[in-house]
Amino acid sequence: MRKVRASIIGFGSVGQGVAEVLLKKDDELKSLGIDIDVVAISDSRGSEVNTEGIDLKAAIERKRESGTVAVEDLTGEYVIRNVDHDVVIETTPTDIETGGTGLVNMLAAFENSRDVVTSNKGPLTLKYQELMQAAEESDCKFRFEATVGGAMPIINLIKSTLAGNEIKSIEGILNGTCNYILTRMMEEKASYEQMLAESKELGIAETDPTYDVEGIDAACKLVILANSIFGQNATFQDVEVTGITKITPESLALAYDDGYVIKLIGEVKKDRLRVSPRLVPASHPLAVGGTLNVASVHTDLAGTVTVTGRGAGSIETASAILSDVVSIYRE
Amino acid sequence: MRVSMDIELKDAPGQLLLALNPISELKGNLKSIVHHHEERTPRSTIPVQVVFEVEPENLDLIISRLEENGIGVARVDEKRFMEHGAVILIGHIVHTDIQDTIDTIDKTGFAEVVDICLSMPHIDTQSSASLKIDAIGRKELHEAMSVLREVAHKKDLLVVEPIEADFA
Repeated sequence: MRKVRASIIGFGSVGQGVAEVLLKKDDELKSLGIDIDVVAISDSRGSEVNTEGIDLKAAIERKRESGTVAVEDLTGEYVIRNVDHDVVIETTPTDIETGGTGLVNMLAAFENSRDVVTSNKGPLTLKYQELMQAAEESDCKFRFEATVGGAMPIINLIKSTLAGNEIKSIEGILNGTCNYILTRMMEEKASYEQMLAESKELGIAETDPTYDVEGIDAACKLVILANSIFGQNATFQDVEVTGITKITPESLALAYDDGYVIKLIGEVKKDRLRVSPRLVPASHPLAVGGTLNVASVHTDLAGTVTVTGRGAGSIETASAILSDVVSIYRE
Repeated sequence: MRVSMDIELKDAPGQLLLALNPISELKGNLKSIVHHHEERTPRSTIPVQVVFEVEPENLDLIISRLEENGIGVARVDEKRFMEHGAVILIGHIVHTDIQDTIDTIDKTGFAEVVDICLSMPHIDTQSSASLKIDAIGRKELHEAMSVLREVAHKKDLLVVEPIEADFA
């Protein structure tokens, strides 16, 4: 049995999702030969540290009742540097302007020879090469499946299952909020503003939905794919981005009459990164509805492989994080 | 452009080769050949249907070389526009001179707007249009799309293009 000591840095919905999944899947993990002890949990107000293993159920309850997991005034970075453990599960919020605390946390983890599994896009969008180098120099594992498409497995699919294939291009729907708004606009023949309001009410869109609807979130995911799959050194500036704010219900109806749906499609090729609303034949595998994400990987040997899955949600994202943790420690 | 041609061959060895040589020499790309060997025309020749793609300026030369080789050309159907594209425009399509937008495509000579469907919900809101564009080839269709993108950019229109066809 491999004993793995983990910290969860960032205890918002994704961090709590990870804790829930660890509680739920304890037996399955043990049957895979992995025994995970969470020895520290941090949020923006402090941390709980217990080298014997934290009671995750109590930690989740405390967070829900008091708004914080903190019992000590220790930052995530302090925990990463000073509490002895193997893997940092980094689930702080994405900051694509500076990389935020996520970037600091990841670099601190590598400096202290800890592996990192993350759902945080910001640091990877800004400093991919730097992070990879830091991981390599400290001989640490660095996994980030949860940054692209939540539960939709794309990075690991390409790196493991499709290993040996030349990847020619990837295209897909990488933002569930935009997909929901476009799907509902077509169904209800309603305006963008109306359906944005609806998705905010349902909690599908954030209070400030700019990242999603302007295509920024999808563009960040493309950057991560371009760097991790195509070995590029791309940043957000390299992506041509058009969001969905100008789409009208009439345009969706006209497209539908011609056999198309309009989707916000991200595409990665060796020479082009682009996020834009596109016409997709209604019967095409990329024409998925609701909040689903989908990606088609075009390869030289396997042809086109398409995966679809839930792009967001704390448990779905936690599922991707768990699969990364398992893949590191089962090796 | 794509050409469908009915030709008539004498019932003698080597005739088919004689018919196909001019097409390949003038860079025609053969798509299909149907050789009705069991049939005879009233002139006792064998009817053959060939379909090929060729640059428009080479078609007359092919026909005259076939005739020089003693091969009868009974019918020629040209299909100039063989690539079809669809695109959605969103913005102030009419107020930014829709005729001019269409003209920029038509003036290329290799592509034409063949259908337009316009939806204008209110006088002061943005309109949406679906455009069908035909072009003489795939390369030309891409070029027409880029001409359209350029004019749309100037007029602040959003162009929603199809995903790449070879991904379909």
